Amino acid sequence: MSSAAAPVEVERPRSEEDVRADRPWLAIVWNDPINLMSYVTYVFQTVFGYSKPIAEKLMLDVHHKGRAVVSNGTREEMERDVQTLHAYGLWATVRQDV
Amino acid sequence: MSTGFRRSRHGLRITLSADETTIIRTLMEQLLEILGELPPSDPGLAELGISDNREAPHDPVLARLFPDGYRDDRDAAVEFRRYTESALRDGKREAAQTVLATVREPGEITLDDDQARAWLRALNDVRLALGTRLEITEESYERMDELDWDDPKFPMFSMYDWLTFLQESLVRALG
Repeated sequence: MSSAAAPVEVERPRSEEDVRADRPWLAIVWNDPINLMSYVTYVFQTVFGYSKPIAEKLMLDVHHKGRAVVSNGTREEMERDVQTLHAYGLWATVRQDV
Repeated sequence: MSTGFRRSRHGLRITLSADETTIIRTLMEQLLEILGELPPSDPGLAELGISDNREAPHDPVLARLFPDGYRDDRDAAVEFRRYTESALRDGKREAAQTVLATVREPGEITLDDDQARAWLRALNDVRLALGTRLEITEESYERMDELDWDDPKFPMFSMYDWLTFLQESLVRALG
């Protein structure tokens, strides 16, 4: 992921709330023993437009690590993604990045 | 037994026997019944697509089909359910109805891509329901081979196995 250049000058100290508001939201998919690996890969390609290698890597992360972050953005965007993933029968949740 | 789905010039094709047709129709009807067991909302709210269910359903199958959208934030999970549950149910119902509309009698059927995608989701929902009832785990696939023919769970396991084959063939044909 790309990161912005470090600011030369800090204009004002940021409150904790500002910092929290900046943290992105995540859509997380959890492992389950029923969904097929090929199907989960297909869903990641279809829903997010990921290439097959990226979709497969995410699927394997879910399978081996128990979960994977599959997208990030605003809270509303992540809720939409999770809603779509539920329509495909995947076990997905929304969380703010820590 | 059916050889699964294949892509042809005209769409996605499958040939189903009389037994297979009956099994698919019965399972889709059962899925619609399960979806109907989700507690209904206040009619006024339902019209706006809002559900007044606050918690995940108690039945494990319904809970798997309608999972929480947040894991550690109960209030957020309640709100998420309020605004997404009825649309989720409608989508699942439409997918099952598409399957029922396309498989009326034995023989060869041809699906367009939209119908095939509905089949894929409905087959997955039926596998989620059946797999949850069978308490499928990662190790179940090995256990299935050891299961006796006269085990009471054998018919359900072999049906689950067949649906897995069917779904796998559809993913491949679509991919």
